[in-house]
Amino acid sequence: MAGKPKLHYFKVRGRMESIRWMLAAAGIEFEEQYIDSKEDLQKLKNDGCLLFQQVPMVEIDGMKLVQTRAILNYIAGKYNLYGKDLKERALIDMYCEGTVDLNEGIMMLYFKPADTKEKELQSILEKASTRYFPVYEKVLKDHGQDFLVGKQLSRADVQLLESILMVEELKADILSTFPLLKAFKGRISNIPTIKKFLQPGSARKPAMDEKTAAEVIKKFH
Amino acid sequence: MAGKPKLHYFNGRGRMETIRWLLAAAGVEFDEQYIESKEDLKKLKSDGWLLFQQVPMVEIDGMKLVQVRAILNYFATKYNLYGKDVKERALIDMYCEGTMDLNETIMVLPFKPADVKEKELAEILEKASTRYFPAYEKVLKEHGQDFLVGKQLSRADVQLLETILMVEELNAGILSTFPLLKTFKARISNIPTIKKFLQPGSPRKPPLDAKEAAEVIKIFH
Repeated sequence: MAGKPKLHYFKVRGRMESIRWMLAAAGIEFEEQYIDSKEDLQKLKNDGCLLFQQVPMVEIDGMKLVQTRAILNYIAGKYNLYGKDLKERALIDMYCEGTVDLNEGIMMLYFKPADTKEKELQSILEKASTRYFPVYEKVLKDHGQDFLVGKQLSRADVQLLESILMVEELKADILSTFPLLKAFKGRISNIPTIKKFLQPGSARKPAMDEKTAAEVIKKFH
Repeated sequence: MAGKPKLHYFNGRGRMETIRWLLAAAGVEFDEQYIESKEDLKKLKSDGWLLFQQVPMVEIDGMKLVQVRAILNYFATKYNLYGKDVKERALIDMYCEGTMDLNETIMVLPFKPADVKEKELAEILEKASTRYFPAYEKVLKEHGQDFLVGKQLSRADVQLLETILMVEELNAGILSTFPLLKTFKARISNIPTIKKFLQPGSPRKPPLDAKEAAEVIKIFH
């Protein structure tokens, strides 16, 4: 029975959050089956549900898709969030890979040893403000359009908004020197599907904290 | 002037090698401009050629593309190595992401401190033989076709062959328990464009040794 996509992951952001964002932006309702214990994960493996023994895994259209990018590519393609042609796709891919690189650092932050955490945090904030955000600010400045690529919402906008909000959780005024990103953030956040996702009670997961990170490590390592 | 793609990277495999493989498999000739010093890299950055101040960068069709996956996605689509529809693409993406995860660990091995290198090598070989190769062996077994996805060569086949050969450089007998991967390897290696790439004098780069790794560190750090 063709139904809602079903997401298999821990009840945290991790590598699944970008997928939640994408589905939400596309207005697609989905279900989540949380992995709460080592046994849950083992069962998925034993049942042959995980191609490389890893999550995220998303059941969609008769497939058990794994690998974050494969899942994001599929959803973006299916729901028209991947630009109108090959060249737009190339730009979207470049911009998205930048946000994914930035997200990766943020995601791993709480799993770093305590003595390196502060240094890692500073490194993330430095990369955000000197390598990544200036690029997106310039893209918006150079073309003066509402969306990063082309004339409609794409995954690049969604993924950039996600990254901006996550960096702001680490440093609230990170956008103070990026006026166009500020306006971009306001604009994209107001898109109805995204606005809904940003409200309490949505599928959006809260930021990782020390306690949750410790639990994840205990359960799965 | 529309010309050959031009690759900007250092004279080694690293993150550019998969791109070289793809272009070669597609029968596309390309130029390479090697980064041989810190100054070379600085010049690319100050000329504004590197979106995120990073290489690989490929000049193609009037663009300066960065981010490996953006580049691979572009070429795979342009040269018809990305399947025939969105479902084939999903499978291709999954399989490619698996090979890229494995490649990543191989790529960083020469840069690891001597005291952990042996352990890292053992982990790579374990992942190859228990996580990744069994998955691809099973795919081939279940459909009994010549190519991983669909009825024609795709980037998944090219990327898997690349990975197989790199793992074999670490452990020559790694395919001894994977008969279908063995025949796959021979079959794909015999495709004329790929056969040519595997011959001496092609743009294919050799593995990095410790001395070369030290030189790369000097350029990039």
